[in-house]
Amino acid sequence: MNSEPLLLATFSGDALKLRPEGPWTAANVSALETLSRSVGANVDRSRAVTLDLSGVSALDTLGAWVLEKLSRRAASSGRSAEFVGVADHFSGLMDEVRQVNRHTPAPVAAQNPVLLRLGDLGKSTVGAGEDITIFLQMLGALFMAVIGVLRRPRSLRLTSLVYQLYRIGWQAIPIIVLITFLIGAIIAQQGFFHFRRFGAESYTVDMVGILVLRELGVLIVAIMVAGRSGSAYTAELGSMKMREEIDALSTMGLDPIDVLILPRVAALVIALPILTFIGSIAALYGGGLVAQFYGDMGPAIYIARLHEAISVTHFEVGILKAPFMALVIGIVACSEGLRVKGSAESLGRQTTTSVVKSIFLVIVLDGLFAIFFASIGM
Amino acid sequence: MDASQEEFAIRVRDLVVGFGRQTVLDHLSLDVRRGEILGLVGASGGGKSVLMRTIIGLIPRQGGTIEVMGQPVGGRKEGAATTWGILFQQGALFSSLTVRQNVQFPLRENLVLSQELMDEIAIAKLEMVGLQARDADKYPAELSGGMTKRVALARALALDPPILFLDEPTSGLDPIAAGDFDALIGTLQKTLGLTVFMVTHDLASLTTVCDRVAALADGRIVAIGPMRELLQSEHPWVRAYFHGKRSQMLQHEMR
Repeated sequence: MNSEPLLLATFSGDALKLRPEGPWTAANVSALETLSRSVGANVDRSRAVTLDLSGVSALDTLGAWVLEKLSRRAASSGRSAEFVGVADHFSGLMDEVRQVNRHTPAPVAAQNPVLLRLGDLGKSTVGAGEDITIFLQMLGALFMAVIGVLRRPRSLRLTSLVYQLYRIGWQAIPIIVLITFLIGAIIAQQGFFHFRRFGAESYTVDMVGILVLRELGVLIVAIMVAGRSGSAYTAELGSMKMREEIDALSTMGLDPIDVLILPRVAALVIALPILTFIGSIAALYGGGLVAQFYGDMGPAIYIARLHEAISVTHFEVGILKAPFMALVIGIVACSEGLRVKGSAESLGRQTTTSVVKSIFLVIVLDGLFAIFFASIGM
Repeated sequence: MDASQEEFAIRVRDLVVGFGRQTVLDHLSLDVRRGEILGLVGASGGGKSVLMRTIIGLIPRQGGTIEVMGQPVGGRKEGAATTWGILFQQGALFSSLTVRQNVQFPLRENLVLSQELMDEIAIAKLEMVGLQARDADKYPAELSGGMTKRVALARALALDPPILFLDEPTSGLDPIAAGDFDALIGTLQKTLGLTVFMVTHDLASLTTVCDRVAALADGRIVAIGPMRELLQSEHPWVRAYFHGKRSQMLQHEMR
C-alpha cells in the first residue's frame, strides 16, 4: 500500500488512462494539486479519458473532488470521461461529489471605482446625518424620561442609579486620582523648568491652578470616564441587545430608556462633577509636591500663591462643563450600545465607535465652552 | 492494525470527572463502534455534554482512559480537526466570518492548498449539507436556526474527520427540519463512513437514525443497545425516560 498518492497516466492512441493510487485524502492535498495539474495538459489533448480508481487506498471528499474535477475538465469539451474500478465503499462518495458545484453563481460585475467611492461618500454623509438624528432622539427620550420621573418620583430606579454611581463614581476614584495627580505634577515640573530661565518661577503656580481648574481637570477626567465607563455602557447594552434582553423588557411593557439608560446617564451626570472636583484637587496636590521638592517652594507659599492666582470663577468654569460632558458621553455610549447587531464583531466595532466619538465630542464641547465663557467674560 | 483498533472508534474506561466536590461521571465506560451512529440520552444536567466535552478534551478528567481511533487522548490538540468534527448546540460559527470562510477555516489552518480548490471544496461541503452556493457569502447573523446547524455541520466535516460529535443537533428545529437533519446525518454517515456520537433528547432521532442508544444515569452508562432493547430495559430511570407520558404518546403515534 502506498503512503504517497500517485497518478499514473498511460496513452493508448487518443485515449488517456489515468490511474490514481495511494491515499487521495486531504492530508496530501498539496501532492494532489500538483498531480492533477501535471496531467491537465494531457487531459486536454486526449479524446477519451478513463479514470481507474482501483488503486486508491483511501478517499475523502477533497480527493474525490480533485478526481471529479479532472473528469469534468475532460468532459467539458464534449469528450468522454468515465470512472472505472470504483470500490463499493467509495461509490457513495463519488456519486455525491458528482452532484456538487454544478451551479456556479453569476460573478458579481466589477463596479466603476469612481462610482464606488462616490457611493461610499454618499453613504457616510447619510450616516453622519443619522448619527445626529440618533443623538437628538436619545436626548429627547431622556428628556421625556426625566419629566416622567419628575411627575412621579417613585418611578425613578433608585437601586440601579446607586449601583451605577458606585461603579462609575466610587470605583473610578483611585485611577482618576492617580492620573490627575501625575498630570498636575508634570505641568508644575515643566512650569518650573521653563519659567526658571527668566525668573518667573512663582507664576508656575498661576499656570497650574488656572490650567487644571479651567481646562485640564475636567477634560482629563471626562476622557478617562469615556474610556472607562462609556465603553462599559456600550458593551453592556450591546450584549443585552444581542441576547434579546432589551426586547424582553419592551414586551413586559417597560421602557428600556427608563430602566436601563436613564439610571446610567443620570449616574454619569452626577458622578462626573464630583470626579472632576476630586481630580482637580489631586492635580493641585501633585503640583504642590513638585513645587516643594523640585521648585524649592514650601507648601505655605504654594497655597498663598494659589490663593492669589485663582478665583472661584476658574473653578466654576471647570465644574460647569462637567455635567454637559457627562451627558454627551452617556448619550453616545447608550445609543451606540443599542445599535449593536447580532455579531461579536459588531459589539467590538460599536464599543470602539462609542469611545472615539465621545472623546471627540467632549473635546469639541470643551472648545465651544471656551468661546462661550470668553464671550461672557468668565 | 489489531482487531480492537478496527472495531472501536472511541473507547472510554473508568472515566471520572467532577467539579469541586461534585462527581458528574463516576467510573463510566463506553465503547463506540466504528461506523455506527450512537445516541446518548440522559437527564438534563446529568453529564451528557460533560462526557462529550471530556472526550474531545475540553474538560480535564480525574481518572480513567479515553482512546480515540486507537490513540490515547490527553493534552493533544494538534490535528484535532482531522480526527473529529464537532457540531456545537448553538452552531458556534465564527460571527465575523462569512459562511464560506467558516467552512474554509479548518482547511486554511490545517492544509496548504490553493484558494480555488478551497472555494470549490467549501461549496461542495455546503451543497452536501443541503445548502446552496448563493448562501456562501452570508454572515452567521443572517442565517436561520436550521441553516446555522447545516453550516456548522459543513464546517465540522470540512476535513472529512472519521468521527463526528453532535450536541443536540435537532434542538430548536421544527419537526420537518429536524427530520431532514436526521436524514442528512444518516446519508452523510453512509457516504463518508463516519462514526457519529450524538447527544440528543429527540426520541424521533433516536428511533430513526441511531444504530445504538446509550443511557447515562447516575454518572454511568446504565443501558446500551439498539432502541428496541432499551425500550425493554428494567432500569428505573430508563423506564421513566422511555415510558413517561410524553414518550408513550410519541411512540404510540409512531406505531
